[in-house]
Amino acid sequence: MPWTPDQPLIHIKDVHKSFGSFAVLKGVSLDVAKSEVACIIGPSGSGKSTLLRCINALVPIDSGSILVEGQEVHDPKLDKLALRRKVGMVFQQYNLFPHRTALQNVMMAPIHVLKQDRQEVEARARRLLAKVRLVGKESAYPGELSGGQQQRVAIARSLAMNPDVMLFDEVTAALDPETVKEVLVTIRELAEEGMTCMLVTHEMGFARELADHIYFTDRGIIVEHGPPAEFFANPRDPRTREFLSQIL
Amino acid sequence: MQPVWNWFRWLYETTGINLTIFYDAYDRHRFFDGFLTSLELMASCIVLSVIVGVVGAWVQGSRSKALRLVVGGYIQVFRNTPPLIQLYFFYFGLGSYITIELANGRTIPLVSNFVWAILCLSINAGAFNVEIFRSGIEAVPSTTIEAAEALGYNRLKAYIYIVLPLAFRISLPALNNNLVNLIKTTTLAYAIAVPELLYVSNQIWSDNLNVPEMMNVLLIVYVALVGLFVLGMTRLERALRVPGIGL
Amino acid sequence: MPVILPLSPALNPARTEGNAIRFFRGRRGIIVSVLVLLAFGIPAAHAQAAPGPLSIIATIWKWTPLIASGFLLNIIISFLAMAIGTVLGTPLGLAQISPQRPVRSVSWFVTQFFRNAPWLVLLFYAMLLLPFNMQIGGISIALPDWLKATFGLSLPVMANMSELVRGAVQSIPHGQWESAESLAFTRRQTLWMIILPQCIKRMLPPWMNLYAILTVATPLCSIVGVNESMTLTNDALAAEANHALLVPMYLYLLAWFFIYCYPIARWTVALERRFAVKG
Repeated sequence: MPWTPDQPLIHIKDVHKSFGSFAVLKGVSLDVAKSEVACIIGPSGSGKSTLLRCINALVPIDSGSILVEGQEVHDPKLDKLALRRKVGMVFQQYNLFPHRTALQNVMMAPIHVLKQDRQEVEARARRLLAKVRLVGKESAYPGELSGGQQQRVAIARSLAMNPDVMLFDEVTAALDPETVKEVLVTIRELAEEGMTCMLVTHEMGFARELADHIYFTDRGIIVEHGPPAEFFANPRDPRTREFLSQIL
Repeated sequence: MQPVWNWFRWLYETTGINLTIFYDAYDRHRFFDGFLTSLELMASCIVLSVIVGVVGAWVQGSRSKALRLVVGGYIQVFRNTPPLIQLYFFYFGLGSYITIELANGRTIPLVSNFVWAILCLSINAGAFNVEIFRSGIEAVPSTTIEAAEALGYNRLKAYIYIVLPLAFRISLPALNNNLVNLIKTTTLAYAIAVPELLYVSNQIWSDNLNVPEMMNVLLIVYVALVGLFVLGMTRLERALRVPGIGL
Repeated sequence: MPVILPLSPALNPARTEGNAIRFFRGRRGIIVSVLVLLAFGIPAAHAQAAPGPLSIIATIWKWTPLIASGFLLNIIISFLAMAIGTVLGTPLGLAQISPQRPVRSVSWFVTQFFRNAPWLVLLFYAMLLLPFNMQIGGISIALPDWLKATFGLSLPVMANMSELVRGAVQSIPHGQWESAESLAFTRRQTLWMIILPQCIKRMLPPWMNLYAILTVATPLCSIVGVNESMTLTNDALAAEANHALLVPMYLYLLAWFFIYCYPIARWTVALERRFAVKG
């Protein structure tokens, strides 16, 4: 059955994952529609980052199902290349390639993985760097950029693959408070353009303002979820209330 | 043990694999003596080179610039020249002056080739140990030394009771590596006819023309010896591990 | 049970040994080192004052062309053994981090074996067990002694290189692999385009250190009969049959190696420091 845009772009059903004897995900289910922004919040160690990695097949799952545009991610026959060009991911530690300039970082994957024409890729890479407000930094090496700038290069690098969905894994957690904002602005612009986004974040203000749906995870399960207005105004579960009271 | 020796004789007679060091009593003793000589050489060099390293590192931290320069020169010379030529220099060069005249008028060397090998190899490995201990000492925070001095320790006592125990732990991995090199380098004593493992093996394979067998035995013995040493040192490292210190 | 444990923390002796050299830099270092060399020589030369110092210098000078030709062979052997060892050791090191377990175990064992075996024993091994000529296709290629010795020396270089590569690849943060994977790079592409380029810089100082160790090991070839500088120096000493020459001649040969190796050591330390600052 082919996937149609009215179905969830990401469909996660009853996913379990353990590292050794430690169960990280204990039956997680959620759906993300096209152009939706989903925020996952929760205490550290609750499995948020693992969930994102499972969607990108960076981490295999033990049981359950993850469909991206109708395709089972953990099907052994899956074309990982096709999946990963659809799913972009940005990491907490940016993970830029330190031996390549900002522009080269953005260009590498389209050229070597998608085998696209170098000139076309370069033009697109320059546009993307402009979009994340890094004009003039094209030939800077990651080591010469601030954390916020590096993170924006990392976003541009993911966008260069023309993904249908972007995963953000605590992308502002390693940043100075001053540079957090410039990264959040970039993400907001993306969301406003209709990019489907999944964010793991500790920025509650940002989540409340931007998210269409909030998921609160604790100890491997989704404790509570809902639209942000409702979620923040009337948290039902005591664990959610405790977490919010600590963080707000 | 006789059945074992007989088995090796049988092995030779049926397959041609000639391990005289097992079934021939003379070769067995030669080989075993060589093995013991090698062990002695290794143990003496390890102890002496560590002493050289500790003393050298202590001198390198002294206030006298001249002393520091001398130790620095010693390190550079021994690190950047071939150990084999150092050995020849000591044994044939210096050794030819350090002699004793016997009553019958003949002069014989005062220092045996075995002792020269120990001295030379220890001084060589010691040069590396000085650097290893020194970086270990440098890694001990100066505030720790200040705290010791504030408690009334003098420099020597602070060095012995506080700095060295810490520095030793930090230095252990690099020290292990260097001592493994030292163990391997003891084979150089072959060049000045110290009857260690390689030397006796050479005699054995010359007498019996069983080069491949002896070469393989040698390799296995050395790899096993080094393996055991590494295992022991890893145990030591683990036993000495203090939470919050080390690598 | 692993009997031969990897020495990974001590992988890079140059790194731990760098500090003392730092203090000991430049021209002053050379002067003092030469003084130390002389300090060993002078008392010895005085002790036996039979032939004048001038005649000793003249004799050494007479043999210099021969020793220089031998030294050239030392350098050639060091270059070749380094090249062979690097070419063989790099894939061996990569095999040590292969996702396939058997590949990993075999390459680990080979690496540890040749790392733990004494250089001199490996040299004997190569000399006595390699044929003196090789049949490749229909052509028979002669293997001269010096080439066999070169091969013998390249075995420990290979093993050390393997450890260098493994250590360097493993020192690259995991996030680099992860982000490359999320950009759909294959493992091979990640290794060649992302990981290894970053390793080269890290590997350069310990690689140069390995070269220096190899160079000072080349006189071992004299034990197995290769006509390099040590052999020729001993030949010269035998021809002169003069005890007073022993110390000066050995010092002279030591100086040749020192002059060749010391700048390499200095350069290694300088590179290390530069990379350490840049991160």
